[in-house]
Amino acid sequence: MIHLQSCDIAVIGAGAAGLAAAAETAAAGRSTIVIDREELPGGILRQCIHNGFGLTYFKEELTGPEYACRITGLARQAGAELRLGCAVISAVRNADGTFELTLLSAADGVTKLTARALILAMGCRERNRGNLAIPGTRPAGIYTAGAAQKLLNLEGVLPGRRAVIVGSGDIGLIMARRFRWSGIEVEAVIEIMRHPSGLPRNIAQCLNDFGIPLHLEHSVIEIGGRERVEYVDVAPLSDGVPQLERKFRILCDTVLFSVGLIPENELSAELGVELNPATGGAVVDCDCQTSVPGVFAGGNVLHVHDLVDFVSAEAAAAGRAALRYLDGQPAAAKNPVRAGANLKYAIPNYFSPARTTEFSFRPLILSNDATLTAELNGETVWKRRLRHIRPAEMLKAQLPGDLLQQDGELVFNLIQEEVQHA
Amino acid sequence: MLEKHLICISCPIGCELSAGRESDDSTWKITGNRCPRGEAYALAELTDPRRVVTAVVRSNSPVQPLLPVRTDQPLPKRFIDRLLNHLYTLTVKTPVKCGDVLIDNVENSGVRVIFSCDCEK
Ligand SMILES: Cc1cc2nc3c(=O)[nH]c(=O)nc-3n(C[C@H](O)[C@H](O)[C@H](O)COP(=O)(O)OP(=O)(O)OC[C@H]3O[C@@H](n4cnc5c(N)ncnc54)[C@H](O)[C@@H]3O)c2cc1C
Ligand code: SF4
Repeated sequence: MIHLQSCDIAVIGAGAAGLAAAAETAAAGRSTIVIDREELPGGILRQCIHNGFGLTYFKEELTGPEYACRITGLARQAGAELRLGCAVISAVRNADGTFELTLLSAADGVTKLTARALILAMGCRERNRGNLAIPGTRPAGIYTAGAAQKLLNLEGVLPGRRAVIVGSGDIGLIMARRFRWSGIEVEAVIEIMRHPSGLPRNIAQCLNDFGIPLHLEHSVIEIGGRERVEYVDVAPLSDGVPQLERKFRILCDTVLFSVGLIPENELSAELGVELNPATGGAVVDCDCQTSVPGVFAGGNVLHVHDLVDFVSAEAAAAGRAALRYLDGQPAAAKNPVRAGANLKYAIPNYFSPARTTEFSFRPLILSNDATLTAELNGETVWKRRLRHIRPAEMLKAQLPGDLLQQDGELVFNLIQEEVQHA
Repeated sequence: MLEKHLICISCPIGCELSAGRESDDSTWKITGNRCPRGEAYALAELTDPRRVVTAVVRSNSPVQPLLPVRTDQPLPKRFIDRLLNHLYTLTVKTPVKCGDVLIDNVENSGVRVIFSCDCEK
């Protein structure tokens, strides 16, 4: 039997993004259903048992599960309904502008849910070794860092005894400490770039505290072993080319890849949402509205965030925008925003004249002295000197509406006063 | 003049701190911090390094076989390994709530171990 249900707003994903959005929309009296395939709410936060979350959104340093409890509490108190253990397997827009989601759960079978607006909050998934193409055999013992984190923190399985971590992103660094605290040796962290891609605090407390070597500008050239990983061969890079005569072998039975995240946008594509190659997420206006009217996006599904607080703040704003959409307010104007020098992307992709807008950027350089500028139709309307720029850290800037008075193109540039290339 | 370099771990900015002092018994002077927490962190790190410890303990819950726990404040580093070894021997009974105390006073340090999630069943 197919169940039928309807609501004002359907939120796909009950992570830090979806729950924050649902708390806003439900509090305003709109019937809100949050759907997640996991049995418990919180998304990726549930497996991030370390502290370091919530300093801005909750003004307190929390662990991932604690943040998940708080944000779930906010959504539930506001009156949002949580449908857990339930996957959204299809999402389409009806001719009348409403949406039909097909939900599948072990408990209730198939449900067709009709919603007047949609909030996409599906998070992201990890890049894996396949995306990197490292030669070698295909033995057991190779994991993405997040998969290993899930095994260890949610299922209680030790993935191995001696590990090498490939990539110095925060997830890998956090896992290095977690491994050591679980009695697993960590032989080394290997990074192809000249600078670590994780936060300095994680280099300090996850590697330096344990004396774990970090090999910068090195690459894994082979993973060896018959049934199980037995070693990795590593070589230093010179201008990106492995120096094979200087290669060395590290014995290990486990290799973790921590090489980045990709927004999870299969459903968005099915809905016909325009995607942005620079982020892997949707193209959005200053209301987090996608190219499909009534579909909003926030959190890691839109662009990969390093701080959960920004995930929740962005998705809460998407929730408020969905409320305005249901109230019949017109969509924001679409004047193009472009990422210029030294910026991988700028979000949102459009600005609306006179609207105060918070922009997010991913810098491509490492610098202790750079200036971020905004040019409207070729004229600099805003600039700020920044002392701390890292590709690992998202940049944010709020532009007051009175600086954005005309239509046209807005271009952001990050101009280096002094640089080291990342 | 003695100088040491540290990275503040108190927030995601991760300021690079320098600690300098004239001699072994003069006081440390801290520079490079953007806020007062950096100075407090550096002084603690030089005399009595501590870390917040997070881990999981086994539970009898059918839904959440492992429950996350944390220390309610940073614990002196020298106690960390013993605490972890002890935690891994435990199986706790549910239900528990976020903030419930699992261990009241680790090694008489005044630090508690608390649950960091709710588990109803
Ligand atoms: C290992 C790790 C460590 C981190 N450390 C920190 C830190 O120290 N401090 C910090 O501030 N931030 C940290 N972050 C970042 C932050 O936690 C995340 O950016 C944030 O939690 C992402 O929230 P989200 O809601 O966008 O996505 P997610 O938490 O991934 O939630 C997405 C949810 O959508 C569900 N979903 C997806 N598709 C479907 C579908 N088709 N049907 C049903 N459900 C679906 C998924 O099951 C999931 O629950 C870390 C992230 C990771 C991965
Ligand atoms: S000194 Fe202050 S701003 Fe700098 S890392 Fe420490 S807490 Fe953060």
